Amino acid sequence: MTSPTQTHLGAPQDVAPVLDVRGLSVTFTTESGTVSAVDNVDLTLAPGEIVGIVGESGCGKSVTAMSLAGLLPRSARVSGSARLQGTELIGAPESVLRAARGQSIAYIFQEPMSSLNPVLTVGRQIGEVLQVHQGLSRKKARARAVELLTLVGIPSPLQRVDNYPHQLSGGMRQRVMIAMAVACGPTVLVADEPTTALDVTVQAGILDVLRGLRDRLGTSILFITHDLGVIADVADRVVVMYAGRVVERAPVDELFAHPQHHYTAGLLVATPTPGRHAGTDRLQEIPGLVPVLSTQPDACTFAERCSAADAQCLGSAPALSSDHDVVAVRPDHLVACWHPCGNPSARHQGSRA
Amino acid sequence: MKPDTDVALEEVALELEDLVMHFGSVRAVDGVSLSIRKGQVTALVGESGSGKSTVGRCIVRLLEPTAGVVRIGGVDVTHLSRRQMRRHGKEVSIVFQDPAGSLDPRMLVGDVVGEPLRLQAGRISRRDREERINEELGRVGLRAEVARRYPHELSGGQRQRVSIARALISSPSLLIADEPTSALDVSVQASVLNLLADLQRDIGFACLFITHDLSAVEYLADDVAVMYLGQLVEKGSRERVFARPAHPYTQALLAAAPVADPPRQRARKAVLLGDDLPSALDPPSGCRFHTRCPLAFDRCTAEVPQLLGIGDGDAACHLVGPDGAGPDVRQTNSAGSLQ
Repeated sequence: MTSPTQTHLGAPQDVAPVLDVRGLSVTFTTESGTVSAVDNVDLTLAPGEIVGIVGESGCGKSVTAMSLAGLLPRSARVSGSARLQGTELIGAPESVLRAARGQSIAYIFQEPMSSLNPVLTVGRQIGEVLQVHQGLSRKKARARAVELLTLVGIPSPLQRVDNYPHQLSGGMRQRVMIAMAVACGPTVLVADEPTTALDVTVQAGILDVLRGLRDRLGTSILFITHDLGVIADVADRVVVMYAGRVVERAPVDELFAHPQHHYTAGLLVATPTPGRHAGTDRLQEIPGLVPVLSTQPDACTFAERCSAADAQCLGSAPALSSDHDVVAVRPDHLVACWHPCGNPSARHQGSRA
Repeated sequence: MKPDTDVALEEVALELEDLVMHFGSVRAVDGVSLSIRKGQVTALVGESGSGKSTVGRCIVRLLEPTAGVVRIGGVDVTHLSRRQMRRHGKEVSIVFQDPAGSLDPRMLVGDVVGEPLRLQAGRISRRDREERINEELGRVGLRAEVARRYPHELSGGQRQRVSIARALISSPSLLIADEPTSALDVSVQASVLNLLADLQRDIGFACLFITHDLSAVEYLADDVAVMYLGQLVEKGSRERVFARPAHPYTQALLAAAPVADPPRQRARKAVLLGDDLPSALDPPSGCRFHTRCPLAFDRCTAEVPQLLGIGDGDAACHLVGPDGAGPDVRQTNSAGSLQ
């Protein structure tokens, strides 16, 4: 445990988590029947920790995050538990959720332009948060807005505070969103694909800001992305989701070095990584398609695409556990698989050549 | 890898000569010269607003260039009329980023794929056409039944395969692939990239692969050209550009994309360029990258650097010598605009 990210606040398990999610399930009722979007998700977030949720579109990562603060539409049925500093959020009355939003849990999304009001200056929008939640006067709110813009690395904040969103670049807008989100000093910041719409040279700066918030303010961050490179960059621990379920959970170095679920291993080898493909002319693929689930089956949802699948995988769903006969798996490395990849040399079996 | 100059004309699949595309006062493409030899893949890399897609659209003549010359297979197609272009349309095809937006939702997949054959107005019987459609669908890894489905019934990856089938049914000598995998999930992305690589090797068409993601082209491209604000800043063989990027912008692009390997990623030093991409309405004086370049000095604001030979390829930077030697922003202490 010498890596900078893991020594940050000691081993996460030793500290009471600020966010403790257990058995979270979400189903949607649509015209074409019910869709099971999230199934029995467990996850924890320690103080000052960055946990990445990674998965492809439709895996339930955003739905999981949105369900925490009651941001899902009425058609969603949410069950299970999510405790934020001891307060239960699932099924909580609107008054409790409203108090929590902004103050204890805040969100930033992929597209800042659709979250910002185009006809208000950024100073007004940040100030509004402070006026409503902290009862600051307009003048004080503006002064605080300038401080927040400085915090998120916006140059010449005294001028920028009077800009309208359209006068800012995409990266600057996302910084404004971050400033609004952390205005009331939330314990947990949920960042849902915050850099996906941005160029890589801009992305690096935004990731820096988020890391800086964690380091300076101790904010815990739930970071949702489909990009394994971004996960490798910012996360302390990683939760891998597939078709609504958590399939693997581990500290970031451990996950990338010894992926145990065949889906994780497949994703890793399918991701183009500079230097790693020198000499080869193909990427490894994961065959098949992500299933769309009306009900979560009593089977491994990845079985159909997995080369290691057998009758057991199709007959019962593996639980997320560290109790496997695999040498490489540490106690803080959980996997939901009947036949984990095991030692690193078996890693490439996860996807067919 | 190979000399870029003095290639016999018939060897060249695509040649752009000082291509310019202005939209009113927006200088989207401002003097791009590039050539692709037959059967070769060139990646055109740049971030949003660099003008890379506009270059692609000028080549297939979805846009009429403001100035410059586009030659496909040695023929100047810059000013051909729509009708004349149709004859040449056979030579070049394009695949777009979003298959949901580029496939007509009211057409059956089979008709979508077969449409280029119908437009070519050659005498091809319905049976022959259906045969060709099935053959083409098979080639991109789709079952023949897919021909009787509508695009919305397919997944994103399957739809992109349909776009590729449509693009290749007329056996073009040049394929423009405009971010063909950017809208797809990682696992699907890999299979579409592999498909394109396989088809390119089997059929041997030349390809301009337009992308914002350098890592996606590393095992696919023969050459790489990097665009910034409407101009090329560097080109060269893939090996050289990845191993020894000469232009500070290329170096920053390579350093900025996070790698999926935590210890390696932590050891890398990010090159922070600042957020504000200058507007193509009013590009910076001198080197267009100077407002974000950590190494910029007086000359960069005043004098436009020319795209000059550096041994393997070209670079447009005052700091890069004719042998390709120059500073590396990944090594120097970056003074990016972030405090």
